[in-house]
Order: sequence, then C-alpha cells, then structure tokens
Amino acid sequence: MRAPNAVLSLRGVTRRFGGLVAVNDMSFDVTEHEVMGLIGPNGSGKSTTLNLISGALAPNAGTISLRGTPISQLPAQDIARKGVARTFQLVRLLPSMTVLDNVKAGAVFGHRRRWGAEADDHAMAMLEKVGLGRHAFAVPSQLTYIDTKRVELARVLASDPKILLLDEWLAGLNPTELGQGIDLIRALREEGRTIILVEHVMDAIRSLCDACVVMASGSKIAEGTPEAVLSDPEVIRAYLGDDDA
Amino acid sequence: MKRDAWQDLALGAVLLAVAACLPWFGGSYWLSIGVTIAMYTVLATSWALFSGPTHYISLATAAFFGIGTYTTGLGIDHLPYWVLLPIAGVLGAVLAGLVGLATLRLSGVYFVIFTLGLAELVRQIITWVQNFSGQKGLYVLTDITEADIYWQLLGLAGLVFLGGWAIGRSRLGFALRIIGDDETVARHSGINTARAKVILFMVPGAVAAIAGAILAPRYVYIEPLLAFTPMLSFQVVIMALLGGTGRLWGPLVGVIPFTFLWEAISASFPNQTTLLLGLCFLLIVYLLPKGFVGLIESVRRWARNREGYA
Ligand SMILES: Nc1ncnc2c1ncn2[C@@H]1O[C@H](COP(=O)(O)OP(=O)(O)OP(=O)(O)O)[C@@H](O)[C@H]1O
Ligand SMILES: [Mg+2]
Repeated sequence: MRAPNAVLSLRGVTRRFGGLVAVNDMSFDVTEHEVMGLIGPNGSGKSTTLNLISGALAPNAGTISLRGTPISQLPAQDIARKGVARTFQLVRLLPSMTVLDNVKAGAVFGHRRRWGAEADDHAMAMLEKVGLGRHAFAVPSQLTYIDTKRVELARVLASDPKILLLDEWLAGLNPTELGQGIDLIRALREEGRTIILVEHVMDAIRSLCDACVVMASGSKIAEGTPEAVLSDPEVIRAYLGDDDA
Repeated sequence: MKRDAWQDLALGAVLLAVAACLPWFGGSYWLSIGVTIAMYTVLATSWALFSGPTHYISLATAAFFGIGTYTTGLGIDHLPYWVLLPIAGVLGAVLAGLVGLATLRLSGVYFVIFTLGLAELVRQIITWVQNFSGQKGLYVLTDITEADIYWQLLGLAGLVFLGGWAIGRSRLGFALRIIGDDETVARHSGINTARAKVILFMVPGAVAAIAGAILAPRYVYIEPLLAFTPMLSFQVVIMALLGGTGRLWGPLVGVIPFTFLWEAISASFPNQTTLLLGLCFLLIVYLLPKGFVGLIESVRRWARNREGYA
C-alpha cells in the first residue's frame, strides 16, 4: 500500500476544529528526493496538514509515518528530532537573538545535534547557503522581509532534516525576490532534498514540483504531475470558485 | 569573546573575596545588612535564572525557603548541621520539580497562582501538624554566628553565580533563551521545552531551600508565619525586576538599593510596609520595565550612537 521508497506517508488523516473538518481523510506519500506541491484555495487545510505532520497539532484520526514509523502521536520536538523540519506561514524568528543564533537553534537541537564551534560553523555555512552570511550578527528586526524568510529556511536546513515542510515560503515576495526565492528552492531540489511545498504561486509549482496534491475544503481532490492536476477540471472549478483564482 | 567570559569569572571571584572581609571591618549593623544583601542576592539571582529566560513569574520562593528553615529546625538536634544544607537543597529541588511537572505545561498565569498558593499550602500543613503536637514553633539553638551565616550565604552566592555562568554557556541555557523568545519555534527545533523548564526551575527551588536552612539559626525561634512569609516571595520578584533579569548580575544591582530602601521604610513606616511594597512594585514595572540592566544598556547604546555621530 505504501510506496516502497516513501519517506512520509499519510493515511486517512483527519482533523476537526469543533464542527469544521479542516483536514478530511487525507492520504498521500512523499518519496525520497521528491518535491511535492500541496496546493488548494485559501482555507482548504494545507497549513493544518503541515501542522499535523510537524506535530503542532495531533490528528483526530489516521496515521502519519516517517519511513514506516508512526509519528502522529509524538510531540513536535520528537518529530523535529526525527528529521521533520518546517517553516511557518507567518515567519517565526527569535527576536532577541542574532541571525546566527537563530540558525544555530536548528543546528544545536535538530535531527543532528551539534554544539560549540561545530554548531557555529554549521550555522554559518547554512547562512552562506541562503545568501545571508554578511548579516550573521544582525538581529531579525534589521532584516528585509525576504531575508527573514531566508533565516527561517537556514534554521530549518541547519537541522539536517530528512524532510522539509515549507508553508508558503514564497508568499509576499516582490517579483525580483520571487525569482531569487525560486532559485533557492531549486538549488535545494537539486541537492536531492525531500520537500513538501505549500504554495499559491503557480509558476513555482510548475517549475519546482515533481508531484502535486490538491486540497479543497479539507479533502484531496486531485493528485499527479503539476501539468495534469492544473488542467484537471475539478481543480480548476475549486480554484475558480474561490477569489484567489 | 571567550576571554571576556573568563574575565567575568575572575572579577566575580575578586568581588566575592572583598565581600568576605566585611565581618572583620564592618560593625554588627553592617554585618546584619550584609547578611540581608547576601540572602536576597542568592534568592533573586537564582530566581532570575529561571524567570529571566522563561518569563514565568514564580511566587514560590517562600515555600522553598520555609522548607529549608524547617529542615534545619527539625534536624538540628539529630543530624550534623552540614548535612542539613544538602538535604534542604534536595527537598527544595524535588518540590520544585513536582510543581514544575504539574504546572509548567500550563500557561504563565496558572503558574503564578499555583506558586503563590504553594507557599500558603505548605505553611497550613505545617501549622496543622504542629497543632497536633501542641507546639507553635521550633527553637534553633546553635553556636553559629552571624559571620558564619554571612560567609555561608556568600559561598552559596558564589555557587549560584558560577552555576548561572555555566548554564548560560550550556545547551540548556541556549534552549531557554529560545523558549523565552518563541516556545513554538523551540519545540519545532527539537527542544523538549517542558523538561528544560522543569530542570531549570529546580535550581531556585534548591537554592532558596538551602538559604532558608542557612538562615534558620539566625531566627533562633521559627514558626510557620515567619518561615513561609509570602512577603519574601514578592520582595525577591521586585528586586530581581528592579535590577533586571537579562544579565546574571542584574538582580544584584536591584538587591543593594532595595535593601537600603527597605531598611528605611520598615524603620519609618512599620505599619505600611505591605502598601509601600506594592507601590514600589508598580513604580518599577512602569518606570523601569527592563530594570537597571535595561537602563544601563540604553544609556550605553545612546553614548555609543553619540560617539558615532560626533
Ligand atoms: N487552530 C485552529 N482553530 C480553529 N480553526 C482552525 C485552526 N486552524 C485552522 N483552522 C481552520 O481550518 C481551515 C483550514 O485552515 P488552513 O490554515 O489549514 O488553510 P490553508 O489551506 O493553509 O489556507 P491559506 O492558503 O489561507 O493559508 C480554515 O477554515 C481555518 O479557519
Ligand atoms: Mg496556510
């Protein structure tokens, strides 16, 4: 049933908020080195799905497993240590700490744990990778919007995750920044990282994703290659029924 | 950066050595002020180790302190004095651990109320037990002098500073700074936030209990209302906030002026102390939200900027 090289599998995952079913019976697999797009109109349950995977929320039903091991009942810190790292739709940085220390948080406590000079060097390398080396000793309030997003990405990368969850990492960027952002994620893709990308930017979906899952009102309505799902009449209807189309 | 840290350590050792000379040079009045300052330094600094980074306000100091006082009071006739201090420390740490496990998963408000209630609860239990045995209090008769108490408190202060310095450089200290900034980020970075907070909360628990055990001989006669006075918990919070919790030495900067202020208040207005304590608290929170540490740092920043423009 589970794809043989699946890193992450969801089976029948459901989450309710009172009477609202935010995620309804979701099942999909993410395979190694795959960039999977999770798309859908506003409020369709994408962030909630990421919250369930990362352990910010527990599912009411269904199982989530990482390389065959169930993780759906674990607290967020254990899931992070097993190698699932995420960014937040509304960027979350540590305001009182330097950019370098922000990134070090991932290096020290993440999937692979480092300390001392090793942690500093690793955090610095991740900052260089996202193009922020020269801002290592700035504090988050001094950064531009895209740079705060870069710091968050560097923190996630610093934990050596097996799988990255990026929640609308490209949202809110101006056209120049968007180009830079897409290049950055493409570079990660070329390194062979496994990524779930929640995105509204269709160009990014087309150019970055190997596969897509489309959600509407909490349920999966389509799955396949980006070209296939984006021309699927049901997907078009879901999007056109929404202001965001 | 490394050298700075070792310099701080050396400076701390020198200051401690200077402070240790007080009993030979000051009279009995200054020695008694010295004991008060040393006691509040120990309590406020260890309090800030936990409450500074986590922003949880603990009002349990009196509970731990009283437990330590009673450890000495009950044990002094049966065990050597020097064994009582570690016993008090362990009892304080265990109680803090239990309180932490029960409350630190909850939000800060529950924590404040729970810790306030704890001191009262322990006091009521002891009063109740004493009513059975028919006593009102305990005599602690020893040949321990005021100077002995002072040196012990200084030694404890040295340990607290050393511990704080070590925690600040450890993974635990780094984890707590992250928790203080954003607990969600902390958890998603792989930090067991509940465990880190419980472990750290055990530090002020143990330290306050040891301080209580050291001070018991000074009181000679201890009773629940004296050992578990809620005023102590509030004073510690005020002093730590007055100094500032952002730096290890912050609370000390609050303790010294506050001790003198308090001396003056209790001498001139003995019946209004609680009212004036409340007033001090309001003034500090409004005027100096980051304490003297915050004030000093903004002055420094301002001076640096001025230099930059000149
Ligand atoms: N903590 C919560 N409590 C109650 N309702 C929630 C909670 N989180 C999400 N919801 C609801 O669940 C539904 C799905 O929200 P979710 O944030 O997952 O959508 P999304 O697909 O990420 O949308 P967007 O594209 O706007 O980010 C929405 O109706 C939302 O209001
Ligand atoms: Mg969302």
